Amino acid sequence: MFSFEFMRNAYTAGTLIAIVSGVMGVFVIARKMAFMTHTLSEIGFAGASFGMFAGWSPLNGMLLFTIVSSILVGRLSGTNESRRESVISAISGLFIGLGILFLALSDQSSSYATNILFGSVVGISRADVWQMSILSLAILLVVLLVYRNLKDASFDPTGARANGVAVNILGVVFLVLLALSVSVAAQIVGSLLIFILLTLPAASARYFAHSVSGMMLTAVGCALLGVWLGLYLGYLTNWPVTFFIAVIEAAIYGIALLVNHYQSQITE
Amino acid sequence: MLSVNDLAINFGSTTVFDHLSFQVDQGDFLAVIGVNGVGKTTLIKTILGQLKPTAGTIETNPQLKIGYVPQFRNLDSEYPLTIADFVSLNFTGWKLPWLSKKERQRVQTVIKQLELTPIANRPLGRASGGEKQKAYLAQALVAEPNLLILDESTASLDPTTKQELLRVVKDLNQRLGLTIIFISHDMELVNEYPNKYLWLRSDGYSQGPIAELEMKLRGEADV
Repeated sequence: MFSFEFMRNAYTAGTLIAIVSGVMGVFVIARKMAFMTHTLSEIGFAGASFGMFAGWSPLNGMLLFTIVSSILVGRLSGTNESRRESVISAISGLFIGLGILFLALSDQSSSYATNILFGSVVGISRADVWQMSILSLAILLVVLLVYRNLKDASFDPTGARANGVAVNILGVVFLVLLALSVSVAAQIVGSLLIFILLTLPAASARYFAHSVSGMMLTAVGCALLGVWLGLYLGYLTNWPVTFFIAVIEAAIYGIALLVNHYQSQITE
Repeated sequence: MLSVNDLAINFGSTTVFDHLSFQVDQGDFLAVIGVNGVGKTTLIKTILGQLKPTAGTIETNPQLKIGYVPQFRNLDSEYPLTIADFVSLNFTGWKLPWLSKKERQRVQTVIKQLELTPIANRPLGRASGGEKQKAYLAQALVAEPNLLILDESTASLDPTTKQELLRVVKDLNQRLGLTIIFISHDMELVNEYPNKYLWLRSDGYSQGPIAELEMKLRGEADV
């Protein structure tokens, strides 16, 4: 399997994505931003089709669209949670519309659109892997730099304000990091199924671990298991890799819920 | 350690309070009382520097370090962090991601002070209301403040738990000399634990040693 260059590239890219998703996912879940993540991936779809239309790589189009819109959402919605929901759905609808428009305007075949939406393992080149590595490292480095404050602001926003943490500025920084992560992760699982990696492993992890670092390790582990096994099964069966990753992550989440159910029965 | 001089706060044309002056000394346990909407939280926000006074000044001792326990926190029953991890969230700033040995020891000390040691490794989501309030208190204390501000921390607790929480706070006040500002509606607690009071009303305020409060209150049950 590893004698094929595209499989080596896929495994390298998948590993990077799993690590970034596991780390970022823990904050996504703590900040209750699963819906926002999903929206960013739809915006990513519009960005990728714009990239095709403009003759760029889909990843660059995605980066442009997700970063700009994440700042927009951050500024428009502020701290008001109920307003955030409406702002997100408005922006989400607008960008899916734009995505469809750019697809129609560009003269690429429809299989290209499928690749963007559902992911493509075969399509990842060496150059893509390099770009993804640099982006992933940048994301992890920024998380490391703001780690203590981001942890406080994500897991206890009220307390963080009282403790003097710049919660609002951190919120925008986090959205930009999330935009970058979505664009990177979309390369393997596709933009429609991004939350498989960015939310499910972290959502499972909160039932198995009870510290931020513990949850990160568990989430990265769950994401790696899904990506590695998914790629292998995809290689064996020729079925879509995204399907296998989705099944594995959903199964882990199901197990996590069951474990939590029995644990809370024991303690009660 | 904190001196409020002729303070006034206006929101547009509405005056929340004016000509307010009081002092908090090292080791005080000050109760701030008054009906809802009279400006207790506004006063605290001004002390914390989150609001700018319309007039007057707040002078503080340069060594003043405030620990503030906010009134509301939205943590559900699936909140994953353990009590010890929750407490350590207040070690913020541009430092290494992991806690130093000194910081870990400080967490243990505070947890012991608040009698949370047996449940320190339990997820906070599964803790009781009183245990949660103690954890909030511990989080504020872990950064070693010399002034602790409690914003209606007992409001959601049953009578026994309230007493227990205030007993711990009084102990910190007496044994460690920690200065306390306690915002509350609960006259039973206010009469029992603090040594000074500040009573905010829509038409002015009064202050003094706690023993005088009961006399003032006779005839005016509306606090």
